[in-house]
Amino acid sequence: MSTARTAILDRLRRVNALPLKASEPDYPIWNDADPDAMLARLTGLLEQNHAEVLRLPRTALVTTLRERLAQAGIKRVATGTGGEFFDDITQALNGTAERVCFDRPLEEWKDTLFNAIDAGITGCHGAIAASGSLVLWPGPEEPRTLSLVPPHHIAILKASTLHTNLPAMMTDEGWSQGMPTNLLLVSGPSKTADIQQTLAYGAHGPSALTVLILEDA
Amino acid sequence: MHNRPQHFHAQAEAALADTELRANFRGAMDYLRDKRKTAFADAAEESAIRDRAEAIRQRCLSKLPELLERLESNCIANGIRVHWAENAEQANAIFTDIIQSHGGTLAVKGKSMVSEEIELNDAMAKEGITCLESDMGEYIVQLGRETPSHIIMPAIHKNKQQVADLFAEHVPGFEHTLDVDTLIQTGRRVLREKYRTADVGVSGVNFAVAETGTLCLVENEGNGRMCTTVPEVHIAITGIEKVVEYLADVPPLFSALTRSATGQLITTYFNMISGPRKDDELDGPKEVHLVLLDNGRSQAYADEELRKTLQCIRCGACMNHCPVYTRIGGHAYGTVYPGPIGKIISPHLMGLDATQDLPTASSLCGACGEVCPVRIPIPELLQRLRHEAKQDPRPGALPLRGQKAAASNTEAFVWRSFALATRQPALYRMLTWCATRLRWLMPKKLGPWTRCRTAPRPAAKTLRELMAERKQ
Ligand code: SF4
Repeated sequence: MSTARTAILDRLRRVNALPLKASEPDYPIWNDADPDAMLARLTGLLEQNHAEVLRLPRTALVTTLRERLAQAGIKRVATGTGGEFFDDITQALNGTAERVCFDRPLEEWKDTLFNAIDAGITGCHGAIAASGSLVLWPGPEEPRTLSLVPPHHIAILKASTLHTNLPAMMTDEGWSQGMPTNLLLVSGPSKTADIQQTLAYGAHGPSALTVLILEDA
Repeated sequence: MHNRPQHFHAQAEAALADTELRANFRGAMDYLRDKRKTAFADAAEESAIRDRAEAIRQRCLSKLPELLERLESNCIANGIRVHWAENAEQANAIFTDIIQSHGGTLAVKGKSMVSEEIELNDAMAKEGITCLESDMGEYIVQLGRETPSHIIMPAIHKNKQQVADLFAEHVPGFEHTLDVDTLIQTGRRVLREKYRTADVGVSGVNFAVAETGTLCLVENEGNGRMCTTVPEVHIAITGIEKVVEYLADVPPLFSALTRSATGQLITTYFNMISGPRKDDELDGPKEVHLVLLDNGRSQAYADEELRKTLQCIRCGACMNHCPVYTRIGGHAYGTVYPGPIGKIISPHLMGLDATQDLPTASSLCGACGEVCPVRIPIPELLQRLRHEAKQDPRPGALPLRGQKAAASNTEAFVWRSFALATRQPALYRMLTWCATRLRWLMPKKLGPWTRCRTAPRPAAKTLRELMAERKQ
């Protein structure tokens, strides 16, 4: 359809619109850089959006994870194949729940992931205090569907990776220099208000989101 | 048979007579307005965000052709295949080609108003491809063989009783209940099976970033992620106006969008897609396609004033605040985009001949312009379109498709006579004298005007006469 391309672009060009400059008015955005304030804001907003948030020291990760899995009655867990918390997750699962590693293409085990997994565990690339969002940066070690298909998503976040707001995080990390195939902000379990404006959780993605925040990491 | 803009008056009347429909809309609109009000509690902040969002949209539109080319080349560099379509027919042919080349028979679709615009589902059905809506609201609407009645909440015209009845009729094994959680879980069960087995996922685009070749999707449900992640092929479709220059343009627009639409600080998911699965990745689509659709947008672009129509970020706030929309609902308009935005965009998509009644369906109260997060002067554009519907194009200007379609000989005659009378003092005096002295001849019924008003009656004496008496 390159004729369509030429025709559309020609029509737009013929208009000779005057390109406007990039100077734009500022708008206020939450930008407190105090770590405690950021943490409090993130926790508050995530909880408002129906996520369960646990704050703990790094050394308590294994035990907390174990307890949470037991409490939630989680039997089969999907995990990635690497990442910073891989060993902790492995230890926590040992004797608590069966583990299925995401170590082959989705097509080869789609049915299992959709129908026989209770929870998926992932790390977080970071988080945004202003809007209460986790930033997920899926990759070969932690594929995209790990945080999407299982009914319960458990996310591990280091408090030190928290940023004040989205524009700040984009600039600090130079996102515009190179984006991953998929980058996600997640601010709670999946939800909908499509039936008579009544809020319901677990529309298509996870119906539960647990966030473990490692305060000293 | 779906509604059509040509029958707007009859459709509006039917909607007004439907008390259940009116109650459903009343409840929904009150809810959405309250949510928006809370989200923009600080007026100064609201104003600053709107200024910024407007400035970004205007800048990006001012460079549209250049940004589209940059978007295309960055998408291609990321491995996304880019297609261009002039109209619905070309867009559907692109879809058919891609899906059939994979031997696909089932596509799952995230919410996309542009796909409604090209009537993708019907076109695919003709090719033997099932296109299933996966947004809960859209799914409900599709089950009922209807079209969305709102651009953010497609099934807003239905209450839970009506949804439950629909499920009872169409979903095997569904036990009738009015419990919304159970209803949602029913939809979830059906749809998850489809994500798992679909060959292709279809989505719209909220912002397409030229700088990085990134497609951004704003959603709460997770169906958008499912459609763009699980099937092996992902096809995104968007109008050409949705491109933004920089990644940094996205946060303010995103914030303006979510707050205006559903009163949320942020949505559950913000999905940024910059390419298909890489060799070492284990999931994600193996192919990503982007279809760029014109379908009348370049027509709106040609005129500097009408171009503002393209600033729209599809938040739906204008319809939630429109006294006409909130009373007649979205279906009465008979267009894909209902309410104030529909009234100004549809003439470009469908031609003014088909949509000439829409710009008149406004009290010009200004509410739509006051809430629009990108400050589109909707009331002014409505007046402009009313004018275009009756007039020849201005010298040198491109005609709007269907321009002058609403011109009426009687009306033109009346105005010409009026112009003549006001330029001839003697004639004017004679006519006003007749009008005042023969005022009892004024008919009691004046068509639709007197259906709920009493007919006006000229005064006993003209203003001139009264003034003259006063001076004596
Ligand atoms: S015209 Fe403005 S208020 Fe209406 S949908 Fe578009 S952006 Fe929202």
